[in-house]
Amino acid sequence: MSDISTTKATADAMISMTGVAKWYGAFQALNDINISVRKGEKIVLCGPSGSGKSTLIRCINHLEAYQQGEIRVGGILLGHQAKSIDAVRREVGMVFQQFNLFPHLTVLQNCMLAPMRALGLGKAEAEGRARQLLERVKIAEQAEKYPAQLSGGQQQRVAIARALCMRPQVMLFDEPTSALDPEMVKEVLDTMIDLAREGMTMICVTHEMGFARQVADRVIFMASGAIVEEAPPAEFFSDPKHERTRKFLGEILGRH
Amino acid sequence: MNYTLDFTPVIEGMPNLLTACLGTFMLAISGMLLATVIGIGGVVLRTSKIKLLRWLVIGFVELIRNTPFLVQIFFIYFALPLAGIRLDPTPTAIIALGINGGAYAIEIIRGGVQSISKGQMEAGLALGLHKAQVFRLIILKPALRAIFPSLTSQFVLLTLTTSIASAISAYELTSVSQRIESDSFRSFEVYFTVTAFYLVISWLMMRLFAFFSARYFAYPVK
Repeated sequence: MSDISTTKATADAMISMTGVAKWYGAFQALNDINISVRKGEKIVLCGPSGSGKSTLIRCINHLEAYQQGEIRVGGILLGHQAKSIDAVRREVGMVFQQFNLFPHLTVLQNCMLAPMRALGLGKAEAEGRARQLLERVKIAEQAEKYPAQLSGGQQQRVAIARALCMRPQVMLFDEPTSALDPEMVKEVLDTMIDLAREGMTMICVTHEMGFARQVADRVIFMASGAIVEEAPPAEFFSDPKHERTRKFLGEILGRH
Repeated sequence: MNYTLDFTPVIEGMPNLLTACLGTFMLAISGMLLATVIGIGGVVLRTSKIKLLRWLVIGFVELIRNTPFLVQIFFIYFALPLAGIRLDPTPTAIIALGINGGAYAIEIIRGGVQSISKGQMEAGLALGLHKAQVFRLIILKPALRAIFPSLTSQFVLLTLTTSIASAISAYELTSVSQRIESDSFRSFEVYFTVTAFYLVISWLMMRLFAFFSARYFAYPVK
C-alpha cells in the first residue's frame, strides 16, 4: 500500500474491513461492510436473526470466505491463500454459541491441543499456560474433567480459556450466552467483562444489552447484511437514529 | 438311524484344528488392520478436494461391495500372477479380506465422520489447526466411537469370511477341517466341532472389541 492515508488507517486498526461483501449463491449475506476496530476496543454487534452478524465475524477468521473488499487483522491482509489464513487465525480467538469443546479430551487437553500443535509449544509450557488461563476463568479445579461433565456455563468458560491459550490479539464471540440456561449467563458475561477490563480487543455478537452498556465502546446494529447504525452504547440505546434500530430495541428490551 | 457318533478323528486332529483356529484368528486380525487403514484412508480421499480421488474411492467401494468375495480372492490369487504379481495363499487372503472389509469400513466410517457436528471442525480451524490436524486429532476418535458397534459387526463378519480363504487353501480352520473330514468321512463330528470353534472365535472377537472400546473411548458423553 503506497497510499499514506490507507497505511495510517491500517496501522492503528486492529481489524479493518473495507467494502466487504459476501454472497451465498444469489443471496447477499454481507453488503459493503466497513468497520475499523482499534486495539483494545470492544464492539458489540447486534441485529435481528439473519442480519449477517455471525457471518460478519466468521469472515474475520475466514471460517466464511468473502468475495469482495478487504479484511486486515493486525496489519495482515486476509487473502484466500492458506498462509494468510493461518497467520490471521493465530491472532484471532473465537468463542462459539455451542461451545464446541472437544468431547474426547479433558478440559486441560482441550486447552493444550492447539498451542502444542499449531504453535509448537512443548508439553510443559502448554500445560502451564493452560492451567494459568483456567485459573483466570475460575475453573482450574475442573482441569481433569471431560466437557460432558461440566455445566454449560463452565464449558463456555473453558472455551474462552482455550481460545486465550493461543494468546490472540483479538477475541470474537458468536452469541456466547445464547445456548445457556439463564442462571449460567452471568458467569460467562463476568468472564467476558474481566477480559474486556484487561484490555482485550473484542467483537461480540450478542443480545445481552446489559453487557453492551457496560463494556462496549461502540454498538453496531446490522440488518439485511448491512450496517445500519453505529454508536457508543449510551447514544445507541437512548437515541437510536434509524427506524429499524428502534424497532429492534423495542423488541429486545420489551419497550413498545 | 444307525449312525454312531465317533469323534476319534476330531480328537486326533485337535492339535491341527487348534493351530488352524490361530490361523483364522491371525487372518482376521491382519485383515481388520488392513481394512481399518483402507477405511480411514478412503474416507480422507473421499472428502478430498480432488474430484478424481473422490471418484476413485466411490468406484472402489462400488466395485468391491457389488462383487462376490470368492471372485475377488480368486482374482488376486489366479489372475494377478498373469500380471506378474504372485502371492502365497495367506498374504492373498489377508489382502482380499482387507480390501473387502475396507470397502465396507469406508462407508461406515464416513457415516461416523458425518455425524460429528460442523462446529468441531470450525473450532479446530479457528484455533489455527490445519484441516488434516483437525481430522486426525479432533474428528476421528468421536467419529469412530459413534460407529463402533457397526464396525464391530462388520469385523465379526470379516472374521467369518476368512473361511472362504479355504478355496485357495490358506491356512485356517475351514481348510484344515475339510482335510480331516475327507480323510475320515466324519462330516457331522468335524463340522459340529468347527461350528463351535467359529462361535468361540466370534465371541472372542466381540470381547476384544468391547475391551478396546472401553479403553479407547472411555470419555463421558451427554
